[in-house]
Amino acid sequence: MDDLNQSLAEDLDHAFPLMVERMGGRLYWGLRRMSGSHQEAEDLTQETLIRAYRALGGYDTGRITSLRLEPWVWTIALNLGRNHLRDRARRPTFVGLMDDAAVSDPDLGETHAWDQRLTGLSRAQRTAVVLRHVVGMGIEEISGITGRPAGTVKADIHRGLNRLRTIMEEEQ
Amino acid sequence: MTIEDRLARLIGPAPDGLAEGVALGTGLIEGYDLYPSAVGTVVVTFNPEGVSSLDLAESDFATRFTSRTGKGLIRAEAPSAWRRHLPAAIEAGTPGRVPIDLRRVTPFQESVLRVTTQIPRGEVRPYGWLAKEVHRPGATRAVGSVMARNPIPLMIPCHRVVRSDGHMGNYSLGGPHLKLHLLEHEGADPGRLERLAEGQVRLQGDPATGVFCHPTCHVIRSTSESGRVDFRSTEVAEASGYRPCHICRPV
Repeated sequence: MDDLNQSLAEDLDHAFPLMVERMGGRLYWGLRRMSGSHQEAEDLTQETLIRAYRALGGYDTGRITSLRLEPWVWTIALNLGRNHLRDRARRPTFVGLMDDAAVSDPDLGETHAWDQRLTGLSRAQRTAVVLRHVVGMGIEEISGITGRPAGTVKADIHRGLNRLRTIMEEEQ
Repeated sequence: MTIEDRLARLIGPAPDGLAEGVALGTGLIEGYDLYPSAVGTVVVTFNPEGVSSLDLAESDFATRFTSRTGKGLIRAEAPSAWRRHLPAAIEAGTPGRVPIDLRRVTPFQESVLRVTTQIPRGEVRPYGWLAKEVHRPGATRAVGSVMARNPIPLMIPCHRVVRSDGHMGNYSLGGPHLKLHLLEHEGADPGRLERLAEGQVRLQGDPATGVFCHPTCHVIRSTSESGRVDFRSTEVAEASGYRPCHICRPV
């Protein structure tokens, strides 16, 4: 499997920051596009990675090395998002720049427009479109993460993209 | 550009502070913040389990923390669930509603530290009392070394623990002068306690009730000083027909 899996299995505490570095951005921006909110996405990204760390701590080496990390982490994220299982109040908070200004936007000025556009999609469509086209996952992976059949995921993506096209035409 | 291409460009680097937030949330690093106290500014460190240490805010506190725990330390806010109770816990000299994380100490050390939190403000107890309270009456010296290595002084009030001969003894948080200062601040009158120790007075009894106490117990302090009977030991007090106070359980 992946080098990262191997490192996590060998020394979780040492390798975990690498996993955060590798997945943090994709997770945050995916969740940001799904929720349309910086605060929500940031909370959920942190909580997801913290839960992932705790879960990995209880797994044996074999299970960690065979884990498909990114889909697994996304499964945690979507479950947390659905259940609102947060315990932010129990964690120390970093006193750095925690507002929107601290976000390095890949598409300056466009971010809020996209937050807006994507809220025009149903939850299932938004999740599928973001996982497919923003995060770049395959249909089978998305089906595994969301628990929806592959055919349904394809239909969600198709309808979601059509809806986005309509929204963008209406903007002009 | 197709809509798919535009969507693919909507991803970027993680926001600032994410890695730190996750590291704090997992406990891979700990947070610290500064608070005022009766002995000056102190550094409080914490993780999701609670407060893990307290130290004087000297320049090398982070180095000392890391060499003791193997963990990094960054400036952070304590968890909002109990942050607002921290200043009161430091001033009152008891954890109160603030959770304390004692995972780095042994079960024996933890039980001694937990009993220490029960010593009321303005009172003191000898090391031998703590040993007896944790059902290890012979472990007075071991109790002394637990006090010397108390990770959360002030909130776990080891300054209220004194030598078995009644003298004030040493203090890990900056030395004995700070212990005297704290006891003064809490109204324990260390000058009086040192005078009693000089006269080998370790316990005091109330002839009206026939009960004897540690000299700082609020039961004996509610009587007039001149009416009290002084004792050198529990044996002498009991031989004189006195019985031990149920509140301070004198040793």
